[in-house]
Amino acid sequence: MTKKYQSITSKIAPAVSLLVLAGVWLFVSEGEIVPSYMLPSPVDVVRAFVADFSVLMSHTAVTLQEAFYGLLIGTALAFVIAVLMDRFDFLYKAVYPILVITQTIPTIAIAPLLVLWMGFSMAPKITLVVLTTFFPITISLLDGFRSADPDSINLVRSMGGGNFKIFRHIKLPGAVEQFFSGLKVSASYSVVGAVISEWLGGFEGLGVYMTRVKKAYAFDKMFAVIILVSLISLALMGLVALLKNIAMPYKRKK
Amino acid sequence: MEKLKASNISVCFDGVSIIEDISIHLNEGEIVSLLGVSGSGKTTLFNVLSGLNVPNSGRVLLDGEDVTGKSGKMSYMLQKDLLLPHYTVLDNVALPLIVKGEKKKTAREKAAEHFRFFGLEGTEKKYPHQLSGGMRQRAAFLRTYLASEGVALLDEPFSALDTITKTAVHQWYLDIMKEIKLSSLIVTHDIDEAILLSDRIYILSGKPGRISDEISIDLPKPRNNSLLMTDEFLTLKRKIVEKISFAG
Repeated sequence: MTKKYQSITSKIAPAVSLLVLAGVWLFVSEGEIVPSYMLPSPVDVVRAFVADFSVLMSHTAVTLQEAFYGLLIGTALAFVIAVLMDRFDFLYKAVYPILVITQTIPTIAIAPLLVLWMGFSMAPKITLVVLTTFFPITISLLDGFRSADPDSINLVRSMGGGNFKIFRHIKLPGAVEQFFSGLKVSASYSVVGAVISEWLGGFEGLGVYMTRVKKAYAFDKMFAVIILVSLISLALMGLVALLKNIAMPYKRKK
Repeated sequence: MEKLKASNISVCFDGVSIIEDISIHLNEGEIVSLLGVSGSGKTTLFNVLSGLNVPNSGRVLLDGEDVTGKSGKMSYMLQKDLLLPHYTVLDNVALPLIVKGEKKKTAREKAAEHFRFFGLEGTEKKYPHQLSGGMRQRAAFLRTYLASEGVALLDEPFSALDTITKTAVHQWYLDIMKEIKLSSLIVTHDIDEAILLSDRIYILSGKPGRISDEISIDLPKPRNNSLLMTDEFLTLKRKIVEKISFAG
């Protein structure tokens, strides 16, 4: 009984806080406490979203495509780097600082460079997504590989297994959980990365839509697209959680 | 016939001698215990025998072949069951066969054949965390058996279990060992366990660890837990306790 009660409360709490937030927003904007040209009311935002729905969806398709390809390449790259760094210790020592440095460079600063180098096509956008997404996955995979239990490794070795078998049976499956926590972070980065790169040049995508509505001072549309971007990020994170559940049947309750 | 023979094994780390001039042997089909207090170098000796560590001097022979410092020759089992959480019990047990190059399907079939006899039927598709401690050790022992080519090294295999479970697992182990042929060396600090399970006991005293005594256990077989209350058992136990305290 108490347990059920707790689970209901834990589900209701975030919904209530969101509703309260929306209520405050509605009160502040509809009550003209903040002028409506600066803060549109949620009703206007929903109206703008419905009015521009088909346009938003076609831009979403482009942004999602960039995010998806970028994330896919980023994941593959992270996998290769993490495996090599785990296998060869000198590579770990040599590459780790470089990886950290790449993450200190602000995305927004390299985006224009990428546009100059690669033009207004999809290439610079995907590259930027790759750059922002591969790092969390690399680090989480490496952590996973390196936290393998030495006794388990010895066990496989005692069965006559070499490095590949150790990787296949111990390190790789042992890193799945960390991999997914890295992927979750990267999935949300991928959408934001794609949007930022679209700000700086291009003809399609949610970032392009954002710059257009900004120039038109269409605050309601700005808010609509911002909320859409965060909804997409949330959906992607949910998708990752779903994938994790499928990949890790042994973590599921009976 | 001598299955396993270790002669004049010495190991030191950073100039500190851990075990000194240890010679032991294990005959075909024999169960031998290595009994010692903690810190007597039991695990160091175990790692040398399993080939994980190279001794500073001495040799390990398996069926007459020099296997010093070569891992992959003997299967072993630790106090930690080391069942991989991401595999089902069946896949965990089949792991040594898969690592040795068998196809997953045939490995699973071969492993599954033993589940009933080892008292593990019904656990095939479960994950290790769904099993009790006793069942996990059973699965780990079956895996050790399938990994072995006649010799198994068991390092305090049952010492993490509570007393009641341990008693049940001892009985289970005795029943299993009647039917299978597996020369076993058990490292333990539990005197009852050593007497109950073994044909012979080496007493290891430290430091550095040396073999201070060797005792044959001539109690009739098959044995069961009721043996623990008999006079013969208690006489042996008293003798061993005296030797350990004298040696220590």
